[in-house]
Amino acid sequence: MEALGLLLHGFQVLLTVKTLSLMLVGLVLGIFVGVLPGLGGPNGVAILLPLTFTMDPTSAIVMLSCIYWGALFGGAITSILFNIPGEAWSVATTFDGYPMAQQGKAAEALTAAFTSSFIGSFVAVVLITFLAPGIASFALKFGPPEFFAVYLLTFCSFVGLGREDKHKTLISMALGLLLAGIGMDTVSGQLRMTFGQNELLRGINFLVAVIGLFGISEILVTMEERLALRGHVARISLRVVWSVWKDLPKYWVTLLRSSAIGCWLGITPGGAIAASFMSYNLAKRFSRDKDSFGKGRIEGVFAPETAAHASGTSALLPMLALGIPGSGTAAILLGGLMVWGLNPGPLLFVEHKDFVWGLIASMYLGNIVGLAIVLSTVPLFAAVLRVPFAAIAPMIVVSCAVGAYAIQNAMFDIWLMLGFGLIGYVFKKIGIPLAPFTLALVLGNRAEDSFRLSMIGAGGDMRVFWSNGLVGSITTLAIVLLFWPLIAGAFARLRGAKPAHGET
Amino acid sequence: MDGSEAEIVVDDPTAPAADSPAVTSTRTIEMLSCLALAAFAALMAWDNWRTGITWASDGPKAGYFPFYLSVILGGASLFGFVKAFLDKAAAADAFVTRDQLRRVLQVFVPTCLFCVLTQWLGLYVASFLLVAGFMRYIGRIAWWKSFVTSFVFAAAMFLTFDVAFDVIMPKGPLEALFGR
Repeated sequence: MEALGLLLHGFQVLLTVKTLSLMLVGLVLGIFVGVLPGLGGPNGVAILLPLTFTMDPTSAIVMLSCIYWGALFGGAITSILFNIPGEAWSVATTFDGYPMAQQGKAAEALTAAFTSSFIGSFVAVVLITFLAPGIASFALKFGPPEFFAVYLLTFCSFVGLGREDKHKTLISMALGLLLAGIGMDTVSGQLRMTFGQNELLRGINFLVAVIGLFGISEILVTMEERLALRGHVARISLRVVWSVWKDLPKYWVTLLRSSAIGCWLGITPGGAIAASFMSYNLAKRFSRDKDSFGKGRIEGVFAPETAAHASGTSALLPMLALGIPGSGTAAILLGGLMVWGLNPGPLLFVEHKDFVWGLIASMYLGNIVGLAIVLSTVPLFAAVLRVPFAAIAPMIVVSCAVGAYAIQNAMFDIWLMLGFGLIGYVFKKIGIPLAPFTLALVLGNRAEDSFRLSMIGAGGDMRVFWSNGLVGSITTLAIVLLFWPLIAGAFARLRGAKPAHGET
Repeated sequence: MDGSEAEIVVDDPTAPAADSPAVTSTRTIEMLSCLALAAFAALMAWDNWRTGITWASDGPKAGYFPFYLSVILGGASLFGFVKAFLDKAAAADAFVTRDQLRRVLQVFVPTCLFCVLTQWLGLYVASFLLVAGFMRYIGRIAWWKSFVTSFVFAAAMFLTFDVAFDVIMPKGPLEALFGR
């Protein structure tokens, strides 16, 4: 197996004192980020990105991705102990995790959550190890029309498959693509949408927008809520860990199903949040004892945590293989790649083997080390919640400002971040999703370039997007997904009209 | 259970009251946002039209792609406006209550002040003032605790970014005094 050899090489890249210590730092910071209210995976990664500017790309991505794994682990701690989901994807974990904690089984619930997180991401990493190189080498044959078709597919699937109002997803996406175009046009060198403002010549930096949208606006939204909390802190003993692990084989169906759901929704832009809810609901539906869910059943912790982690991890697959992020956090990591001077896309696997395989190896190691850290230090991290929010909020604001300024050393960016913070606050409250905006902003220029290059190549003939079987089927699939709600509605009506054929 | 449990209780004395009156409805804000977005789309469409939205000999001109995006954005925003306008049921949803708005402004206004101060005093001094002031006046935490915490925080930020990672931040008179 070629992949195994390369993976081994990745471990060699990884096993230096410097990289390993950065990994530990990343994991610990990530768990903090996950535990603290008002900070989540995407903004934690975005705020800490400036720390990596002077590092080499491999160390940088290892540290950042470990922040992400840490945040995924950390979200479960507050859900189970305090009934406060630190992250949106751990909402489903509270359904059974918190009742378990109330019954005095907090240690079991935490062990179950961490273990299933680990299993979920492990399955996803195995998938990445064996699938990503194949997809990347296939994508090497892509020309501009194929790439544009893939971008189109990503955008259309967001609109067609997202749970939000369609026009709101469309607003978010079009705004992101539009803002990405501000500044110098990469093909003709012409200036556009700058209105003579020198500050806009550089364009709107993606990371500045993300820090405002996720960091600042999250604090504003958090302040609206009552920030009181009450709960017990459990210490996890080896005996508890063993008793949970020994029962794991009994739940193999739940674990496997949740991993599969997570991987699928992670690669397509469904996301960890949808994955955790869907897998919880399916675990409930397939259970013989449905009523015991929500009252502290261990499967109710296994299912959402496995799916959330599988999804969060597998979101990196399309990012590595195609340069298309599967989640908001993956989009930020992609923004990081560009800052470090790497060109995301299938060529990464050819030109930067050390980087790609170092990252994949760090996913294995990061999850094992992360599991060990959270199992042994839960009380420590839960105690962080004793720090009043009045002390944490201004510190997060300062970190956001540092992050926004450091990217281009521009004071204007701090103001821009503040503006995006307000936009994010309003958007969150009126239900305009932020993930499509993030994705559109980071992919905007590349999507436009590939569109225009295909047009130049084809002499302005739109039929280039159906010129061969591959690009034609991707484009068609994109359009089908865009109108999926209508198509599904039509099918449902047909079924309703002819019940004899409808039931399968 | 091995009896090593500790209880964590954090109270929030200034939490917004549940029965605080609404300042404005979600519907109003949604309609206003859609109008603002539509106006933005119109501005962008006009600018791109000026740049050129037709086809040149070598493919679409620079304004072509963003022009059609502005059209999509404008269309979706107007649709959103009409939809929010017709949705009378949402008029009862509070966008923000008076208590909530007060708390949001308690964070937002100091943040704006912090950004202004950063320009004059540099980031580290401004962040010391922000953290200390916020803890003291909004969190009502003892002044010496606020002072010590924010001093340690600002110093730690300085050591991390300026000394350890070489990330240069805006600086003011205080840093100049120390020759950095």
